[in-house]
Amino acid sequence: MAKALHISVEKCTGCLQCELACSYVKEGVFNPAHSMIKVFHFHDEARYVPYTCTQCAEAWCLHACPVDAIKLDPVLDRKVVIEATCVGCKVCTIACPFGTINFQTRTGKVAKCDLCAGSPACVEACPTSAITYIDVEATGTDKMRRWAARTMPQVA
Amino acid sequence: MSWAKKILRVNLSEGKVASEPLKMEWAKKFLGQRGLATKYFVEEVDAKVDPLSPANKLIFATGPLTGTAASTGGRYSVITKGPLTGAIACSNSGGYFGAELKMAGWDMIILEGKSPQPVVLIIENEQARLAPAGDLWGKTVWEVDGLLKQRCQSPDMKVSCIGKAGESQVLYAAVVNDLHRAAGRSGVGAVMGSKNLKAIGVRGTLGVGNVHDFGKFMQAVNAGKKVLRENAITGQGLPTYGTNVLMNVINQSGALPTRNFRDVQFEGAGKISGEAMRAKRPDGKSNLVANQACFGCTIACGRVSKIDENHFTVKNRPEYWKASGGLEYENAWSLGADTGVDDLDTLTFTNFLCNEHGMDPISFGATVAAAMELYAMGVIGEKDVGFPLAFGSAEALVKAAEITGKGEGFGKVLGLGSKRMCDKYKHPELSMTVKGQEFPAYDPRGIQGMGLAYATSNRGACHLRGYTVASEIFGIPVKSDPLQTDGKPELVKAFQDATAVVDSSGLCLFTTFAWTLNEIQPQIEGACGPGFSQEELLALGERVWNLERLFNAKAGLTAKDDTLPKRLLDEAAKTGPATGKTNGLAKMMPMYYEIRGWNAEGVPRAETLKRLGL
Repeated sequence: MAKALHISVEKCTGCLQCELACSYVKEGVFNPAHSMIKVFHFHDEARYVPYTCTQCAEAWCLHACPVDAIKLDPVLDRKVVIEATCVGCKVCTIACPFGTINFQTRTGKVAKCDLCAGSPACVEACPTSAITYIDVEATGTDKMRRWAARTMPQVA
Repeated sequence: MSWAKKILRVNLSEGKVASEPLKMEWAKKFLGQRGLATKYFVEEVDAKVDPLSPANKLIFATGPLTGTAASTGGRYSVITKGPLTGAIACSNSGGYFGAELKMAGWDMIILEGKSPQPVVLIIENEQARLAPAGDLWGKTVWEVDGLLKQRCQSPDMKVSCIGKAGESQVLYAAVVNDLHRAAGRSGVGAVMGSKNLKAIGVRGTLGVGNVHDFGKFMQAVNAGKKVLRENAITGQGLPTYGTNVLMNVINQSGALPTRNFRDVQFEGAGKISGEAMRAKRPDGKSNLVANQACFGCTIACGRVSKIDENHFTVKNRPEYWKASGGLEYENAWSLGADTGVDDLDTLTFTNFLCNEHGMDPISFGATVAAAMELYAMGVIGEKDVGFPLAFGSAEALVKAAEITGKGEGFGKVLGLGSKRMCDKYKHPELSMTVKGQEFPAYDPRGIQGMGLAYATSNRGACHLRGYTVASEIFGIPVKSDPLQTDGKPELVKAFQDATAVVDSSGLCLFTTFAWTLNEIQPQIEGACGPGFSQEELLALGERVWNLERLFNAKAGLTAKDDTLPKRLLDEAAKTGPATGKTNGLAKMMPMYYEIRGWNAEGVPRAETLKRLGL
């Protein structure tokens, strides 16, 4: 069954453990600058927002690629960059409305989140469960439960 | 091996930057950060140097675990000779700056000389340059942070800088990074100001990859994270309430210094506690809005607060309506209990001012407290201060912070610190300091071991050199009676040595509420390779401690400086569990010197130095 990364922004403390885990798994170094998941810091509003590829169904990056270097993996419901095919033209980085596929000067190719083949390192590393990997069709359950708790009925 | 193996040396007088290899034989003996930078410092700087002269140096140093995935592995320290104390100064900070410096490929920066005009140091990976900063001089910490990122077109740049307090050489000026994390104590910011260096901006995208054994390291890292998560203090207490979870606990222990240590319990403690920060104010909101982690930290004790927009401190001042660094226990105490002010938003605002102007809120609050006592005694009056300075006055506290941060009027006197101020008014006994540095938030009449820890701290009165509170109050690693002196010399030495290891590694000391060397050692060994067994690390910590001690001795400090203010030795606590108690320093000191391997004058014996390889 397909799963998706699910991010609960209110739980994020801005520790960057997800970025460290991602760069470690992908490159063998600790390097937030090369992480596929990025935590945005909105200091004045006290919000820390982890964000990465949502694996959209009609993927802009996939459709924009002139050499078919981005493939759909239907089993894990993910879009994967075939590095050997990628020519580093960056058209996909322009096409993506969310900025979650990026060019890497080191390799001359683009890179994006590939869900670590089904066991995302960022999920393991997150100390507050702000990032979870759950049934793609049940990502609203937490929100519903919070609503239920907030509005618990009372008799008289 | 986790070190970047590279040092950036900056000669500010000549405007030159140069890269040099890290001395790896020193790294093996002193690890990194506090220990390694101290080694470089004592080798290069005459101990008699005037701290605010160009001959003093200023070192920004990371540890081998800085920038790794080790929980809390983002620390850096600023090492210099402190203007407040005349002793070695080593102030530790979190946030993101330290890790960014390491990501740029540098273990440390050594700053020498004095720039002829204000400059900033810009580091982008291997490229480092000095740039004129005349237009940034006079700007606040908060302004410089934004302006420098904008100027370098580098939104992810991390900035460490001084505010006006550092420029005007307030003797307890801090170096502040990421807006509200600070290398806070001993006046390291005044040294930076004396060198005409306004800020260091760093962007690092090279990463930290030089780890000795990735597999072993990650195994130790993950085991460590689990221990932090499952521990009641690091897993629940600190994330929920921050360090200010201590306010009520220490007050109940009768060890909360109040109104310049006249009392040991504060009637307003509950109103300024970590619990109060979560309670609803009249505006229906809480003071605390979020907790924030520093780089890599899975504890996340950092407080982010927002002041009630109708509070007198910020009314019609929207620039202070945003969320920013909230109260930790130490500054809630120094700005609150020690001055007798019990209004949470006032303390939060004063803390904002300390961050914005770049000064140590512990020393600032404690200096105001001493000034309030001088005022209460009639030694100084409204004509000296410019306004009434009564204990408990929120308005006075805020005014004092504004004039001290800006170096105006009586603020110039407050900027001297408590010792010099009390000397000036001929009441040295009112200065609650050791070696010229103000006390933190634990009264050594109610926590006996802390008296010895303060008296022997190498950077003047400080809770972060030997935190025996952990044992005496929380029973970590074993419970000891806070009202007894027995066993305290051994306890103080053990805490001091272990702390020196943590401070040299890149990790945060707060992990030690949950971690012992059992968790820390495998992380260091995994990252750095062999040669760092528990025994070797403890010897390393002791080596660092003695190295600092030797520097202080050469600087002119003697056993006479290992003491406490008379108030703590002669005036008994009036309330609480410690009623009738003074600090039993005289009972502890000879034994401490003995187990340290020092002579009766507190000087390390030749065989001790030989044993430690010094």
